[in-house]
Amino acid sequence: METIVSNFLGLYNYWAVVVLMMMGLYVLTAERNLVKKVIGLNIFQMSVIMFYISMAKIKDGTAPIIVDGARDTVYSNPLPHVLMLTAIVVGIGTTALALALVVRIHEEFGTIEEDEIQEQEGRG
Amino acid sequence: MSSPLGELIRENLPALQVILPMIMAPVCVLVRHRTVAWFLAVAVTWTTFAISLALLQIVRAHGLISYAMGGWEAPWGIELRIEPVNAFVLLIVSGISAVVLSAARRSFEEEIPRDRLYLLYAAFLLCETGLLGMAGAGDAFNVFVFLEISSLATYAMIAMGPHRRALTSAFRYLVMGTVGGTFILFGIGLLYMVTGTLNIEDLHHRLQAIDADRTVLVALVCVLIGTSIKLALLPLGAWLPNAYTFAPSAVTAFLAATATKVAFYVMARFVYRIFGADLAFERFHIDSVLMPLALIAMFLGAALAIFERDVKRLLAYSSLSQIGYMVLGLSLASVTGLTGGIVHLFNHALMKSGLFLVMACAAYRIGSTRLSALRGLGKRMPITAATFVAGGLAMIGVPLTAGFVSKWYLVKGALENDLWPVALLVLLSSLLAVIYVWKVVEVFYFQEPPEEAGRQEAPWSMLLPTMFLIGASLYFGIFTDGTVGIAEWSARELLGGAP
Repeated sequence: METIVSNFLGLYNYWAVVVLMMMGLYVLTAERNLVKKVIGLNIFQMSVIMFYISMAKIKDGTAPIIVDGARDTVYSNPLPHVLMLTAIVVGIGTTALALALVVRIHEEFGTIEEDEIQEQEGRG
Repeated sequence: MSSPLGELIRENLPALQVILPMIMAPVCVLVRHRTVAWFLAVAVTWTTFAISLALLQIVRAHGLISYAMGGWEAPWGIELRIEPVNAFVLLIVSGISAVVLSAARRSFEEEIPRDRLYLLYAAFLLCETGLLGMAGAGDAFNVFVFLEISSLATYAMIAMGPHRRALTSAFRYLVMGTVGGTFILFGIGLLYMVTGTLNIEDLHHRLQAIDADRTVLVALVCVLIGTSIKLALLPLGAWLPNAYTFAPSAVTAFLAATATKVAFYVMARFVYRIFGADLAFERFHIDSVLMPLALIAMFLGAALAIFERDVKRLLAYSSLSQIGYMVLGLSLASVTGLTGGIVHLFNHALMKSGLFLVMACAAYRIGSTRLSALRGLGKRMPITAATFVAGGLAMIGVPLTAGFVSKWYLVKGALENDLWPVALLVLLSSLLAVIYVWKVVEVFYFQEPPEEAGRQEAPWSMLLPTMFLIGASLYFGIFTDGTVGIAEWSARELLGGAP
C-alpha cells in the first residue's frame, strides 16, 4: 500500500503526463468537431512538453546560472527546457496551420463538423 | 578547389546543403513573382543536388563526414553526420526535388491560382530543407525539428490542391502527422532520460553499455509508431491515399518520392544506429510486429489499388504496398534484406515520382486522372502513355527494370533467413501489381478515345523530366552496381557499426 502511495505521489507529474496524453489522444479521435480535434492535439503535445520539463527537475535544483561564491549549488538540467522552447514553437506553428485549414474548410464546406463534411465529400 | 573560398565551401557543404533552401524560401516570398520564384527555387534545388553529389563523392573517398554546427563539437554541439546511407538519401531527395520542380511549372500554373504560386515554391523549398535536415542530422532532437519543418510545409502544399477535398485531406494528414511527430519526440525524451544524450552515435554507445529496461522498450515503441505514421505503414498510413490524390499533381510526385522515403530512413537509422540490431531484434523482437505489418501492407495496398478508378489514387495505394516491401527489408535485419530495402527506397522513389509526373502530364491536358477520362490515352498522348507503361513495368519488377533488382534482394534476404513463405509472398504480391498496372494499360491502349479528343501531347518541359525519371529507373535496372553497391555498403554500416 505504501509503495503504491509513494509511487503515485512521488511521480505525480508523470501520472499527469500519462493522463493528459491519453486525454489528448481520446479527444482528437473521438471528437467530430475539427476545432476540438485541434484542442485534443494540443493537449497531446503539451503532455510531452510536461514530460520533458519534469525530467529536467533535480531535487533542490535551482536555475542553472553560475553565481560567484556559490559552490555546491545543485542545478536543474537546462537542456530539456531549451528543447521544449523549440517544441512549443513547433506546436504553435502546427496549431496555427491547423486553425488556418479549419477556416478554409469552413469557407468551402460551410461547416466544421466532420460528419457533415464527410456527407458532402461522399456526394463529390 | 584549392583556393581559400573553395576550401571554405568544401568544408561547409553539409551545412550549405540544408541552409541554402532555407534561406531562399523567404526570398521566394519576398520577390512575389511566380516565374522569378520558380527560377530561384529550381536553381537552389539543382545546387543542393550538386552538393549532395559532391558529398557522396567525399564520403566514398574518405568515409563519414562529421560536421559540428557552429564549431561546437559533438556530443555537446549539434552534429550533421553524413554517412553512406544518408549521403544516398540526400542524393535522392535533392535529385527528385530538382527534377520534379523543373517539370512542375506548367502543371502548377494550371492547377493553382497564379497569385499564390510563389508561396507554393517557398513551401516546396522549406519542405526540401526539412527533408535534407532529417537525413543529415546526427542528433535525435534535430531529426524531430526538421521532421516538423518538412511536415508543416507538406500540409500547406497539399492544402493548395485544386479540389476542396485537398483541405480536409491536409487537415487529416496534419492531425496524424503531428501525432506521429509527437510520438517520436516522446521516444527521444525517454532515450534522453535513460542516457542523458541526444547525439545518435553517443546514444548508441550508451545504450549498449546499460541493461535495457522497460523505458528503452517504450522509447523504441514510440519511435516505431511515430515513424510508421510518417512513412505510411498500414494501418497507420490511412492519411496517404487522400493526401496524394488531392495534392497538386507535381507535389504528389515530389512527396511520393521523398517524404515517406526519408521517414523510412529515419526508422532504419533509429532502429539500427540507436537501438542496434541486437537490442531491437534479438531482445525486443520488433520483426515479429514489423514483418506481418509489412506483408499486410504489401497485399492490402495492392488489393485496394486493383479496385481503384482514379489513377492517382491507384498509384497512392500502390505506394502503400511498396512501402511494405521497404519495411520488409528493414525487418529482415540482414545485410541482404536491408540492401533490398534501401535499393527499393531509391528505385521506388524514381519510378513513383516518374509515374506521378505522368499523371501530372495527363491532368495538365485532360484535367482529370480518372480512368474513365483517360480512355485511349495511347492515341491521345502516345509518349506520356508509353512512359507510364515503362514505369509500370518497373513497378511490377520485370527483369531489367529497377523494381526487379530490389525485389531480387528482398527475396534473397528472405531466403537467407529461411523465410521461404515470405519470399513467396513477395512474388505473389508482384502478381497483384501486374493486375493493377495492366488495368491502366488496358484503358490506355485497348479502349477508344472519346470522339472529340484529338492528339495533344503534354509540353516537353514536363515530358522530358518525366522521361528522365522513368529512364533512370530502367537504367538502374540494368546497371545495378552503383545503387546496389552504395546500398550494400550502407546496410553493412547500419548493421555493423564502424565503417
